[in-house]
Amino acid sequence: MEQGSCLFLWMGQGRITIMYDICIIGAGVTGCAIARELSRYEADICVLERCEDVCCGTSKANSAIIHAGFDAQEGSLMARLNVEGNRKMDRLAKELDFPFRRNGSLVVCLHEEELPVLQALCERGVRNGVEGLRILSQKEALEKEPNLQNTVAGALYAPTGGIVCPFLMTIALAENACVNGVRFRFDTKVMSVEKADGFYRLETDRGMVESRYVVNAAGVYADVFHNMVSRHAIHMTPRKGEYFLLDRRAGTHVSHTVFLLPGSMGKGVLVSPTVHGNLIVGPTAVDIDNKEGTNTTREGMDTLAAQAGLAVRDIPLGQVITSFSGLRAHEDGHEFIIGEPEDAKGFVDAAGIESPGLTSAPAIGSMVAELLRERMDLQEKNGFVAKRKGIVHPLDLPEEEQSALIRDNPAYGTIVCRCESVTEGEILDAIHRPVGARSLDGIKRRTRAGMGRCQSGFCAPRIMELLQRELSVGLEEITKSGGSSRIVTGRLKESTMERSEKNSQEGEA
Amino acid sequence: MTIETYSVVVIGGGPAGLAAAIAARKAGILDVLILERDREPGGILNQCIHNGFGLHTFQEELTGPEYADRFIVQARELGVACELNTMVMGISRERVVTAMNREKGMFRVQAGAVILAMGCRERARGALNIPGYRPAGIFSAGTAQRLVNMEGYLPGREVVILGSGDIGLIMARRMTLEGARVKVVAERMPYCGGLKRNMVQCLEDYGIPLKLCHTVVDIQGRERLEGVILAQVDEKGRPIPGTEEAYTCDTLLLSVGLIPENELSLEMGVELDRVTSGPVVDENLETNIPGVFACGNVLHVHDLVDYVSEEAGRAGKNAAVFVTGRPAEGERRQIPLTAGQGVRYTVPQRICVERTEPCVKIRFRVDAVFQDSYISVYRNGERIMHRRKAVMAPGEMEEVILPGAMLEACTGSERIAIKIEKE
Repeated sequence: MEQGSCLFLWMGQGRITIMYDICIIGAGVTGCAIARELSRYEADICVLERCEDVCCGTSKANSAIIHAGFDAQEGSLMARLNVEGNRKMDRLAKELDFPFRRNGSLVVCLHEEELPVLQALCERGVRNGVEGLRILSQKEALEKEPNLQNTVAGALYAPTGGIVCPFLMTIALAENACVNGVRFRFDTKVMSVEKADGFYRLETDRGMVESRYVVNAAGVYADVFHNMVSRHAIHMTPRKGEYFLLDRRAGTHVSHTVFLLPGSMGKGVLVSPTVHGNLIVGPTAVDIDNKEGTNTTREGMDTLAAQAGLAVRDIPLGQVITSFSGLRAHEDGHEFIIGEPEDAKGFVDAAGIESPGLTSAPAIGSMVAELLRERMDLQEKNGFVAKRKGIVHPLDLPEEEQSALIRDNPAYGTIVCRCESVTEGEILDAIHRPVGARSLDGIKRRTRAGMGRCQSGFCAPRIMELLQRELSVGLEEITKSGGSSRIVTGRLKESTMERSEKNSQEGEA
Repeated sequence: MTIETYSVVVIGGGPAGLAAAIAARKAGILDVLILERDREPGGILNQCIHNGFGLHTFQEELTGPEYADRFIVQARELGVACELNTMVMGISRERVVTAMNREKGMFRVQAGAVILAMGCRERARGALNIPGYRPAGIFSAGTAQRLVNMEGYLPGREVVILGSGDIGLIMARRMTLEGARVKVVAERMPYCGGLKRNMVQCLEDYGIPLKLCHTVVDIQGRERLEGVILAQVDEKGRPIPGTEEAYTCDTLLLSVGLIPENELSLEMGVELDRVTSGPVVDENLETNIPGVFACGNVLHVHDLVDYVSEEAGRAGKNAAVFVTGRPAEGERRQIPLTAGQGVRYTVPQRICVERTEPCVKIRFRVDAVFQDSYISVYRNGERIMHRRKAVMAPGEMEEVILPGAMLEACTGSERIAIKIEKE
């Protein structure tokens, strides 16, 4: 279950427990960004993740937006890291080869009397250090985004707003961290964290892990781990956000990310293109108790349908290809909590990472890495690999290069996912690269196979076949997303099939 | 990149593509090419191992693979070229087909005529907006059919089926025969979506209940499916509170409609019908782009493969006529066909005044269950045909044949409408 350079040692009944320098709990975008930044230094680092892959919690179910940074309260850590994270994105996306685009965002104000609020938002953004903010008149707004409601009173334009693929961003960070020596242990759920003499003892469902330092990047569970080691309790509420994802045919309905002027429950329902050319509509915002409550609801879908059209007209909701829901790790104070609690030295929180968490991740990574570098006197390692190449999608290449690629490796000439034109070559790469895919969802997040309009109806059996062959497992072992999410329950009436096969062989003889 | 040329290029080697290619070849075209994305020709028939195919075409009852094989053998004997494992990436209005496969990489084919025969796909859960979790164990009926019939694996043991399309009904029986327990088939509409014969032979014969006016309102289970909640719906399809019933199950099969796969058609500028989601065609099955024809489930969803073969045969023949030089082109005068009261759509959607065939076959579907009603054809408001039918249902395709005489003396300014009437 471990992916990385070093094997875990087991000896008879007793285990030799490896003492890590740093253990990161959680392989979401925050954990992976921290892992990647820490992998610049000489240290034995391990990421513990309860799911079977990276990017399985909030990181996989959000708006996929790189926020400009005008929303967060002035002077807050959230505001600082948002703007910093936004600035880091161009370089990071280039270094790690994941899709990112500054499409610009618009905050739409529908009522004349709210224009002062829009103005105040703009001024806050300027004070937060957001560049290029501008208030647009109705005419200017409609010129920029013709499908806005004609009644729009004005809009705040933020050219630095962007969109990203949160899966590929997280995966890229993880792969790069792995190449630089970070170990990833999946299907490993941390049950408790306990302070020992100069280190922490983490009890997992796969045995004990010890580590001198611990980073808590556990998303909606970050309060649970924090409260295990610190008396200064924090509390987080899973705040559910539901989304619609629309077919690519609807992907050009807007070109900017369109927000409504914010209300008390976050930024409201946005409408945005995605980097892959779909249209996303969401999220709702409902506080719930269940940290596993990632189900969509009738009420949520009704809310989306009702609110989607407030700022943008004629959204073709008939072209929804899927709906999903994610949980924001909402901390009571609505602020990122990053650093060591006074009473738990060596335990570093990266908690309360809700929106703009995705945007802030690169900055959070740097901040935590810097904190630990100082605390641990970490030395930069020789041979840190800063760059990572993503999975090649042949259809993005010029024709000659496509043909050359197929000549070299014919697997790139076979389309497996017809809706997203994903080739066998891409799927094989997804399986075999560092921190490779082991499930249908793992393949989907890395290659988009199964993410299109047929939602894997045609390609799932083909991908299962490839996973079976490449990972040398039975088809029964293949899961949608790890755990007990097996796709098939077994062979057809086994005995009957074997008998009929035997009979037919005898018949032939 | 080299460009090959073929007189007729058929996109898709399923039942429609095979029949179209054979017909074009029989009409005298020597170079016919099929481009097929799968590993073998035959399309979805290869996974339809139940019988009931070919009653019209061959007057015998064949399984899907047997039915396909008759066409595959014929195509081979006639020397129809076929590129397997080949994905068509695009088609230009000038009928240059760009495709890709392992051996050739990207390649182009200049076609004299193109026949679109890409088939359809199943509507997925996402399009239905069913609330709940997204666990494993939710399959479209066709995907489950493939897993069972081609891979030899059972998707699950306790099954609920949403939607009463034909594939769902067939899979209810198939899963039962493989030892799974099919608890219920829920259908949102007040009538069965599939053929009457499938309702009887696949559900009633096995005691599987069909709940009309019911839908799934919640999906439970985070990793593998654990259960679903069914509820009754009102006339508008909204769930009625208080009617919820819980079913434990590890598998939910969806048979909630088929969608013609017209991404290629759309990109090349083929006009689509909003109701069928397939191309708008004339009686030659030719689209708005000259020399581009459509047939089979890419044109409109059929319920019997025999009708697909017949329709595709016409497309193939007409493509051959196009290639060998159609009588003087000029402005084509067309009479629009309208789906009137009780009729969801018609194929074709228009008839050329200068047509090549004397009679015109029109296929359509009704929008509700009708008993003791009449299929009426109107020309400019005047009823020119009136035929009684005991039962008509949305799950069964209907047809009328307009004799040449009725269309004589038409100039193109007429309107023809098909309606369902009580008397």
